[in-house]
Amino acid sequence: MHLDHAKFDYAPLPAGPRRGFRIGIGGPVGGGKTALVAALCAQLRDELSVVVVTNDIYTEEDAEFLRRHAVLPDDRIRAVRTGCCPHTAIRDDITANLAAVEELVEAHDPELVLVESGGDNLTATFSYGLIDAQIFVVDVAGGDKVPRKGGPGVIRSDLLVINKVDLAPLVGADLEVMRTDAERVRDGRPTLFTSIRNQPEVPEVVRWVREKRAALVGTG
Amino acid sequence: MTLLTPAAGNAGLLLLADSRVPSGGHVHSGGVEALVDRGLLRDVEDLTLFLAARIRTTALVTASLTAAANTAAANTAAANTAAANTAAANTAANTAANTAANPVSGKWSYETTCHSRGWSCWDAAVEVRTPVAALREASRAQGVALLRTALLAWPQDSGVRALAELGRPHQPLVLGAASAAAGATPAQAAVLAVHHLVGGAATAAVRLLGLDPLRVAAVQAGLAPLVDETAARAASAAELAVHADDPDLLPADATPLPEIMAELHHASEVTLFAS
Repeated sequence: MHLDHAKFDYAPLPAGPRRGFRIGIGGPVGGGKTALVAALCAQLRDELSVVVVTNDIYTEEDAEFLRRHAVLPDDRIRAVRTGCCPHTAIRDDITANLAAVEELVEAHDPELVLVESGGDNLTATFSYGLIDAQIFVVDVAGGDKVPRKGGPGVIRSDLLVINKVDLAPLVGADLEVMRTDAERVRDGRPTLFTSIRNQPEVPEVVRWVREKRAALVGTG
Repeated sequence: MTLLTPAAGNAGLLLLADSRVPSGGHVHSGGVEALVDRGLLRDVEDLTLFLAARIRTTALVTASLTAAANTAAANTAAANTAAANTAAANTAANTAANTAANPVSGKWSYETTCHSRGWSCWDAAVEVRTPVAALREASRAQGVALLRTALLAWPQDSGVRALAELGRPHQPLVLGAASAAAGATPAQAAVLAVHHLVGGAATAAVRLLGLDPLRVAAVQAGLAPLVDETAARAASAAELAVHADDPDLLPADATPLPEIMAELHHASEVTLFAS
């Protein structure tokens, strides 16, 4: 039977005619998720139609940060409230995020959808019902043991970003140890080291996004 | 339609009772956060009183709407099955299904019966019983969320499919239709509605205040007889209303303070829960 309704196509998530590539960006508090989202918007907004969904634990802080820094027009940013459970909102019950993505797809037919999780812990990962690929962001200040400790985000994310490498000497973090440990647990999936503060263009991450998108939707 | 076995509906009912099923519910506190923020709900005793009041009022209304929707959905499914059985060809069955699935056409008039207007009539009944705009939006957001799950879980169910035609149906209607699709009775649907209202508020209180979750579970167990009694009342009212084809016969009780608070909550910037 054919279901003819104009407004919603409940599942799977409608992508819009341009099949927006959806990336989840997760990781612990303070690692640099919002900074990475801002950087990706700044680098890609001229070549792609970009929208962002934020999942703040509290308030609309992250959405406000993005608006304040004017990385995108306000109407391209949506904030989802997560009821004390940021991991639930991106993994177990993704419906609020699906609704937010849908509204943005309907309004903008974007080519790139960035879904930023609320800062959580090393176990918080995205459901692939919500996103196509996920980036997990940790920082060196969290200690160089983080990759060795693993957890689903570190191990299974499509891209692991280890941020704030400029702080490594100050906190006594050994980047080589982190690189080796990450390689060992990630089974060939890529890891990138960044300092978004010192190099906000994040060229390697931008390249990864372009390649992943091209692989999924083609370059046209 | 297959005949119901004695156990039919139980597993489906439990699935819908499980807060792990995606329904959008975890981002709503059932009014608890607004009260906690203002120091009006501080401990397990406060929560107990709050829940008892909500069960007798808001939950009674929600449960009656859910039970009514359960019956209406089952009727839609039965009508469709009858049409399909009498139809000689698949095309005829599709026409009947499409007719049943498209009740919203035409302008509202006093002459039009609720039955012929289908889901929009019951949707209006929820709307008018939810005087606060923030809570109407919360209800529709959760309705859409659960509908998303229900359409995948019971893709062939004509009640659920017809409800999707509304676009953003209210939550009690979706819970009612989904419970019917799962094989649950109107009375079970009513219990389900109260269960979620109580459970959502209780878990929000645990998260926000750090209450002892074991004691909160005990509070919920203590309230179970009231939940059952309220659900039974709701189911009776729903039966009457559906039979008379008149949603006005459904209860319309409310708790004004939490509802006003819901509006303040919606307007405030620093909140964890959407409502």
